[in-house]
Order: sequence, then structure tokens, then C-alpha cells
Amino acid sequence: MDAKASFKPVAADGIDRSLVIRHLRKEYRSGLAVLKDVSLTIEGRGMTAIIGPSGTGKSTLVRCINRLVDPTAGEMLFMGQDLAKLRGRALRTARRRIGMVFQEYNLVERLSVIENVLCGRLGYLPVWRAWLRKFPPADIDRAFRLLDAVGLGEFANIRADQLSGGQRQRVGIARALMQDPDLVLADEPTSSLDPKTSVEIMELIARRAGERDIPVIVNIHNVDLARRFADRIVGMSKGEVVFDGPPRALEDSHLMAIYGGEGWLE
Amino acid sequence: MTGATAFLAGPAGDKLRRWHRFTLAERIGRSGFYLLALMALVWSLQTIEIIPEFLYDAPKQTADLFVRMWPIDWPWYPKVVHEALIETLHTATLGTIVAVLLASLTALLAARNITHSVTLNLIGRFILVATRSVHAMVWALFFVAVFGPGALAGTLAIAVHSIGFTGKLLSEAIEEARPGPIEALTAAGASPLAILLKGYWPQVKPAFLGIAVFRWDINVRESAVLGLVGGGGLGMALDTALSNLYWDQVGLVLCVIFAVVIVTEIAVTWARGKII
Repeated sequence: MDAKASFKPVAADGIDRSLVIRHLRKEYRSGLAVLKDVSLTIEGRGMTAIIGPSGTGKSTLVRCINRLVDPTAGEMLFMGQDLAKLRGRALRTARRRIGMVFQEYNLVERLSVIENVLCGRLGYLPVWRAWLRKFPPADIDRAFRLLDAVGLGEFANIRADQLSGGQRQRVGIARALMQDPDLVLADEPTSSLDPKTSVEIMELIARRAGERDIPVIVNIHNVDLARRFADRIVGMSKGEVVFDGPPRALEDSHLMAIYGGEGWLE
Repeated sequence: MTGATAFLAGPAGDKLRRWHRFTLAERIGRSGFYLLALMALVWSLQTIEIIPEFLYDAPKQTADLFVRMWPIDWPWYPKVVHEALIETLHTATLGTIVAVLLASLTALLAARNITHSVTLNLIGRFILVATRSVHAMVWALFFVAVFGPGALAGTLAIAVHSIGFTGKLLSEAIEEARPGPIEALTAAGASPLAILLKGYWPQVKPAFLGIAVFRWDINVRESAVLGLVGGGGLGMALDTALSNLYWDQVGLVLCVIFAVVIVTEIAVTWARGKII
């Protein structure tokens, strides 16, 4: 692909959306580090896949970035501020520009599809507007266009719990994009889906983020999907980065270092 | 001998493996518990001091009561009982509304996933236990002493007593809310109030409505007798009839209470079916 050959770390609109993680450490229980001194620079565009075995800290790393998990130490520089230091309103203002897609979709099941998408605007709206469902017309229009873009234009008024897994994840993606994000995080977005739907969902994330030219960090245990869609692969093992490079550089010896053993590779 | 039976028989000289549902200590403990329960029953029978003469007499007395109630004094209904009935329904409804409002706030305080302070959780749960453990009749006695007899005392008694029941079930419903959607809204930068409104409320709403309607049903029954201690409504009419020994009027009030209970039961079943 031509774009990859002339890969630049800054998006076409000239805004630097790179994320610099320095010496990030997380201990859920004192002394037991799940993340040990992780340092990474994620460029301001393209998809970065984090791979590694279960329990290795992938999910913790992604959740530290938007502070669903509070890191024990370290800094995360993004758009001119250290995400690790933010609190209260400043944290919410930073969070609303970071979209997130979840393994279990995390939709509000008793709300309609369109309202779930509009929930992506909650960080921008005064509470009374959300309460009275008085969403700004521009937001409503955008929500409909996003639903069209993820192929669910017909489903706007269906309740979210009526949808299949793949459809729910599409709503989850639309909700994340509704935030008008500068960064998209995806925590195992395909782990609850069948293989065909998994590919469709990864394609959708890659395409929609690509259109907006925003960086995506996806944490995924399916190595083939990571190879196929990511511009860069970060391999983690026991809370540390053990591989970092383009998909074509990822070899069996690296996978053995990441996952351990070798029988499964045959 | 076939291979299968040889396998089942096991190697010769092997001891039979035994299995019991309970260990010896557990069996002794269970027998002891049954013995204690029997002793408690005997003890309590001694305490209530049944007088045999009254027991033999009971069927006759009961029959006599029904005879004195008949014919029921229907003309008394439009004169006194209708107004009392309306007052009872108002007491129950208004009491439930006030209770639900107060219980919602207390439930938020008691729910550990909303209020991240053990002290505040404990205060919330103390309010829930304290209001519930005092019977509505006792609350009514208290409010009659403060505000004088009437529907106001009854309404407040209903409201305060219902906080515990309603709030406990509500706080449990809140704590059972799935954390995933909450996490998603947090990640989108929603404020705590917005999360409460769009994350918790849609999940809790069916339970909330179900609990409110169920409590209203209970409160209609409770407010029907609160008048016995001065809380207004049907109980007041019942009290008057009882103290005048007008058994035909007592019969009327009992019929009305019975009818109201049946009608609310039907209404509540219908409403809950609609909600869930």
C-alpha cells in the first residue's frame, strides 16, 4: 500500500495525536506488578495491535490510557497533557476525546440503538439535555450517519438487547466514533465474536479510523487478525513489552517469546 | 468373567470406598438442631397458656360473630365508609410516593457501587433497617402524638415505614446493575450524574417500578388498619363500629377491606405484567 510506504507519524490535518507512554507501572496489589515499566510511543495515526497471552497486562495497559484503571506510576503524554495526572472535570474532558470499544460491547441494553450511539456525546452535553433526550440536531444527524456507516441504519429505534453480537459491536464502534475521538482504544473487540464477524469488525474499525486519520490501539489475542490489520504489533509477556515492530517482522521465534512453548505454532 | 465386571469389581482385596452426604460431626449437629427446634416449640406452647375452655368454645364464638354481622349494614357505606375508603387509598398512594422519593436517595447512599464511602453506606443501611424494623402501627402512634389523629399521621407512618423495604430492594437492584455500560459511559467522559441517568437508571427502572407498585399494594392493606390507632381511613370506621359493638357495620368494613385488597391485587398483577 502506498500510504504505508510514505508513513508519517502525524495525521493529514497536521494535529499530533501521538501518545507517549513512559515507565508505566500498575500494581493491583502492592508489590505485584501487572505492568512493569512499560514505555511506548504510539504514533498519531494507524493501528497498533497489542498481542500477548491472557493475564499479561494488555487490558490493563489499554485501560490505563483512559484511566478506567489508575496507573501506579509513570506518565502518558497525549495532546499536550499527562493523562496520568488528570482528575475530575479535566479527566472527563480528556476522556471524551478517547473512544473505546469493549469485548462485551457494554451497550446500555434497555436503550434504543440510536440512544446508545448518542451516549457517546454525554461528555459534551449538559445533563438536562441527556435527561430530556434533547440532543442537539447536529448530534442526532451525525448519529444517524454513523449508524449508516456501520451498516445499521435500519436499526435506530430497535432496543440494543435485540441485536446480535456483531451488530452490538457495530453500535459500540458508532458510539466510540460519536465522541469525535482523537484516539480509539479497543479492548479485545472480537473475542466474543465468530471468525467471520471478527474480520468484519476489525475491517470496520480500521476503515472508519483510517477515514478520520486517528490512531487506534487494539488489544487482541488473535495473532492473524493483528497481522492482517495492524500497522504495528506490540507483543507483551508478563507485564513487559517483548516485541515491537511491523507485522512482517513478527516471526515464530517472537511468538514463542510472547506466548511461551511452541507446540501450538504447528 | 468379562472385562467390564472385572473392572467394576476392582483389584482383589481392595477396600470398599464409602460415601456419606454429611460427616459424623455434621450429622450430630443436624440432630441437635432438630432437638432444639422441638424444645423451642414445646417451650412456646407453654408460654402462650392456652385455656382449654376458650379453645373448645372458639367455633361457637366465631359462628356467633358472623350471625351478629348479618345482615351487613350496607346503608352505612355512603354515609361514612366511602369517604374512609377514599382516605385510605389516598394515604397509601401519597405515603408510597413520599416513601419512594426518600428511599431512592437512601438507596443511592447505601449502594456500594454508587457511594464509595463505607461510612455513608453504613448510614444508608442504618436508615433502611431502622425505618423497617419499627412497624407502621408504631410509626402511626408516634405521628398521631406529634400531629394529632388523622390522615396526615397515617400518611407519614406509611411513608417512613416503607423507606426500609423500598430502599433495601432498590439498593440491591442498583448494586446488581451490570458494570459494563457504566464503564463505557465513564470512558466516554460522562459526568457522574449523566452516568446515573443513562447508565444506571435504564437498568434499574423495571425493578424500581415493580418495587413501587408492590409497596403500594402492601400500603393499601396497611393503611386500611392504621385508623385503629388514629391514622385515619377505614381503620377509623372499623374502630368506631367495634367500640359501638355495631357488628353489622364491622362486617361492612371488613367486606370493603377485602374487596379493596382483591382489586389492588388484580391492578398490581396487571401493572407488573406491563412493566416486566
